[in-house]
Amino acid sequence: MKLTIEDLDKISDKLKKTMLLREGDGIGSGIFHLMLCAGTGCISNKSSRVKEALDREIKKHGLEEKIHVVITGCNGFCAVGPVMTVLPDGIFYENLTEADIPFLVEEHFINKRPVKKFMHRQNSLGDGIPYLKDINFFANQTLIVLRNRGLIDPEKIDEYIARDGYKAFAKALTKMKSEEIINEIKKSSLRGRGGAGFPTGLKWESCRNSPGDVKYIICNADEGDPGAYMDRSIIELDPHAVLEGMLIGAIAIGAKEGYVYIRTEYPLARERLSTAIEQAREYGLIGENIFNTGFSFDISIKQGAGAFVCGEETSLIASIEGRYPEPRMRPPFPVQKGVWGMPTCINNVETWATVPKIINYGAEWFYKIGSEKSKGTKIFSLVGKITNTGLIEVPMGITLKEIIYDIGGGIPDNKKFKAVQTGGPSGGCIPSELINLPVDYERLAEAGAIMGSGGMIVMDEDTCMVDVAKYFIEFTADESCGKCTSCRDGASALLGILEKITRGEGEESDLEFMEELSHAIKDASMCGLGQTLPNPVLSTLHYFKDEYKEHINKKCPAKVCKALIKYHILESKCTGCTLCAIKCPVKAISGDKKQLHKIDQNTCIKCGMCKEVCKFKAVSVD
Amino acid sequence: MIKFIINDRELEVENGKTILEAAFASGIKIPTLCYNKELSPYGACRLCLVEIAGGGRIGLHAACLYKVTEGLIVKTDTERVKKARKIVIELLLAGNPDSEKIKLIAEEYGVNKTRINLGTRTDCILCGLCVRVCAEVVGMSAISFAGRGTRKKVQTPFDKISDTCIGCGACAYICPTKAIKIEQV
Repeated sequence: MKLTIEDLDKISDKLKKTMLLREGDGIGSGIFHLMLCAGTGCISNKSSRVKEALDREIKKHGLEEKIHVVITGCNGFCAVGPVMTVLPDGIFYENLTEADIPFLVEEHFINKRPVKKFMHRQNSLGDGIPYLKDINFFANQTLIVLRNRGLIDPEKIDEYIARDGYKAFAKALTKMKSEEIINEIKKSSLRGRGGAGFPTGLKWESCRNSPGDVKYIICNADEGDPGAYMDRSIIELDPHAVLEGMLIGAIAIGAKEGYVYIRTEYPLARERLSTAIEQAREYGLIGENIFNTGFSFDISIKQGAGAFVCGEETSLIASIEGRYPEPRMRPPFPVQKGVWGMPTCINNVETWATVPKIINYGAEWFYKIGSEKSKGTKIFSLVGKITNTGLIEVPMGITLKEIIYDIGGGIPDNKKFKAVQTGGPSGGCIPSELINLPVDYERLAEAGAIMGSGGMIVMDEDTCMVDVAKYFIEFTADESCGKCTSCRDGASALLGILEKITRGEGEESDLEFMEELSHAIKDASMCGLGQTLPNPVLSTLHYFKDEYKEHINKKCPAKVCKALIKYHILESKCTGCTLCAIKCPVKAISGDKKQLHKIDQNTCIKCGMCKEVCKFKAVSVD
Repeated sequence: MIKFIINDRELEVENGKTILEAAFASGIKIPTLCYNKELSPYGACRLCLVEIAGGGRIGLHAACLYKVTEGLIVKTDTERVKKARKIVIELLLAGNPDSEKIKLIAEEYGVNKTRINLGTRTDCILCGLCVRVCAEVVGMSAISFAGRGTRKKVQTPFDKISDTCIGCGACAYICPTKAIKIEQV
């Protein structure tokens, strides 16, 4: 059924009560919506089993009329999944299993006693916190792009519409000229969320002004940084926001066709996106003659085949065209000559999802959020050695400290914070001394890192920075398209030196040469991959040179590099319990019961199993 | 015609010419390895790097690909160019210490030895001349790139003896490092 603009309001009205309830109105009405997370993280922790158990128990108690289980996209708090919020009250439950559900349903909904043991604790001594709004992880975030997080079922277009969905598109289509849309985006100072931070309005304007009748719009969903899952989650939790952003972009630029280029490795996001496209097409929100205005725009999905370099826009275009994905030189830029040789505007998922909010609430509103030169919010995936692993949205300009401690809950096991890597393999490591650094495009670049698309990997004292640099170079050496000598062989050369250093065979002159090599790789390579791949090396060399030097002196201070460490059993602590000897995968440990055990250094593969299993802290590394 | 400046000299070239074509036409030397004037430029070897100092996208770019625009300021021999080029030559030498052509270029640009150890050696430098000559001159496209990163190579589909290959030998002829051999099958 094709909708009219008035129909959007009718759908909103119809769902008004539901939405108000989910926003917290109607506490005590006896109606509950159980918002169960079905993002990739929670699903892999078996949230679908939890769903089945909930359905079963609700039916058993005859509560089907009063309690509705709603499947949502990623709720963000991945560390404690599967998670569920009981609305309208806002009670948050975590780490749920299928077996917990009978008790939970009975206690909470029959006996009216919310269950403490499934509530979140901010530290081991603390009491369970009943309400989501009181949990630090959630309380310190600002949701703009993720405003529908945990509130709608991403597979129901009506629920998106009821949360002001497609209203920005209707406004742009009927009340704004293309130039006005572009001006609004320019005024908002929105910058590309894919990494480089190019002003979105300017990009749209140059694409609009490029000669040609046929123009394309692309949503870059080829997210590939290790540890980053912002774009996947946005699509999983609110796919229509991305489509609406693209529709608005299409009016502004004058495009009739758009592609979403998404990784094959993201099956759930792809599925939700194609459901969203089908639903939008059925409602006539995409397709021919939308809202009878004469405006037509269609969107199709293109799947990437797993090459990291396809996130680079010219490779992405080659891949869409069915060619071998190698970058080409810019200029000409895609806005001049893109897919099939036509002007093409490529923006990242988060950028597209931000657009409808700017059109709905105005550029001035958006401009007020953030720091001096970086406006709005940014979504990060907070991972690594951090207590609250998860997906967060914060205003630009927030400090690293606020992210890591106030939202992230600090470093687990009372370890010391050492560094944080932003921007994935193209980014850099920021050391603990800079923990008060405001997170925006300029300040991160000054510190030798980049904003990137939003991966934030936290490292503690047990992380070896040389090993980190080696990890990232290993990744880029593997993912380089192999075209430029400087990138392909340059990355291999860097990797060779890093391997040498972690084996304890490095020399002082290697450090100097790595710097020279890194700068040459950045300068000589054609695309962003090669131009940024040495950043992890350069930033660790800059902030952690002493650690490199220690490796040259055959010591790994973090005790990670296997060639430089040895495991010993301490005579004073070993009780001869034999556990280490039983668990050792290579039988390198010998010793009789209740006698001191010994590790044969020639057989030991330094896997660390003995240290992990020893209950008496009798295994030491040096 | 377009006016631009290269090494402080003003030159006039036809619209659509690359920096490399303009430089060659006026006798300015720029080293190349993956370039052949009969084929479309590819920009892979990174030897022809020049510095755009104004009037375009500032930074180092492959001269074989960058098209001259009005007012462009190009420098072919700055410190920045020399530093990047030196490393590129060292990388090529590390992979192909025996290639006559690479040794010649290294000598010409004063690179006596390489400080780089790549661990492996392959005769092929992935310059793509063979792929382009087969597609653009022979018109067969019997070979192509496969894989990526350090595992990238030139091969026939699925690395099997190809019916498409007509055995013309153009790929072996054009290969700058003699990595392609012709065998009787």
